[in-house]
Amino acid sequence: MSNVPQELKYTRSHEWVLAGDDGQVTVGITDHAQELLGDMVFIELPEIDSELNAGDECSVVESVKAASDVYAPVTGTVVAVNEKLADAPELINEDPYGDGWMFRLQISDPAQLDSLMDASAYEVIESED
Amino acid sequence: MLNDSGGIIDDLIVYFMNEDWYRVILNAGTHDKDMSWITSQLKEFSDITLTERPDLAMLAIQGPEAIDVFTSLLPGTAAEKVSSLAVFQACDLGELFVGRTGYTGEDGVEVILTAEAAVELWRKLMAADVRPIGLGARDTLRLEAGMALYGLDMDESTSPLVSGLGWTIAWQPEERDFIGRKALQSEKQNGLQQRMVGLLLAGKGVLRSHQQVQFADGGKGEVTSGSFSPTLARSIALARVPATVSTGDACDVDIRGRQVAAVVVKYPFVRNGKAVIEIEHV
Repeated sequence: MSNVPQELKYTRSHEWVLAGDDGQVTVGITDHAQELLGDMVFIELPEIDSELNAGDECSVVESVKAASDVYAPVTGTVVAVNEKLADAPELINEDPYGDGWMFRLQISDPAQLDSLMDASAYEVIESED
Repeated sequence: MLNDSGGIIDDLIVYFMNEDWYRVILNAGTHDKDMSWITSQLKEFSDITLTERPDLAMLAIQGPEAIDVFTSLLPGTAAEKVSSLAVFQACDLGELFVGRTGYTGEDGVEVILTAEAAVELWRKLMAADVRPIGLGARDTLRLEAGMALYGLDMDESTSPLVSGLGWTIAWQPEERDFIGRKALQSEKQNGLQQRMVGLLLAGKGVLRSHQQVQFADGGKGEVTSGSFSPTLARSIALARVPATVSTGDACDVDIRGRQVAAVVVKYPFVRNGKAVIEIEHV
């Protein structure tokens, strides 16, 4: 069974979202997603300052097996990306909820966070895969 | 096995056992079209019978220690026979048919046996610390070894000559009239337009099937299959490119809209777990 931290929000497309008090959210892919994809070899991140709509394809995680799109979980502006992933894509495998974070968004509409799933709802999605 | 126009129906293996018996190992993915092609050709040969063996299974045991571990599970005389097999040679041990081949670039055997015996052998292998691998791992191994994959690197529209498989064609004796010979001869006489090369990615990313390759002189090619090489820690690929391209040529590959630099290399990329290409200059 993969790790699904209680304090995070989730999407159906296997992104996790950590909401901060400053109106910013940190985004990555779940432990379950990294497990399915296997050894990461290349991560393409969004441009800083780019404006994303919820559901936009904004990153690519590529493992030995396949390349997969990562979607913006909420609408917002990219304020930071995890530069370490350029040389160490394996951080997503090793620590998907920590050092393997992907990007940070300044969110436009905090109410969108309510439409994301909580841990128990995501566990159901996971078990259907 | 070629069609009349020299296209590849399947890259199967045929073992010559004796004058009366050949064993064919075909790709599971091309089974139906292979069988219907062979059956239709056989109409002209009343003295040949084709017997399918759905009761048999195959296990591939691959790696530097494959022969030692596998033969340790066999009785003495059988073990000796297997150890002395040359590459691509096979022996019939009654319950087991063992060929010294594989699809990984490593030493090893492919063992053909009844489904029941396969389960038993599998358990013995697991007990002897042999580990199963998945298709992803198998694919990186075959690509590192520069082995073409049916359906991506070759198909019915490509001849062996433009698929890096010219070495498999037995042209001699001259009167050997195999299906597709005429087409291949005229393809050669007209001058080959394309060839298969290896690519080593210099930048970041992963080469994948169908990515477009651009050369400085305007020549264009296409990645036929690619992946990430764990041994080289770089992405590698097989690509079909203009015949004028040479080893060492630089090119750009379109990876989802980014132009990423790559260089043409001779393959295989890796043999028996060791790099056989120079990657310093990239």
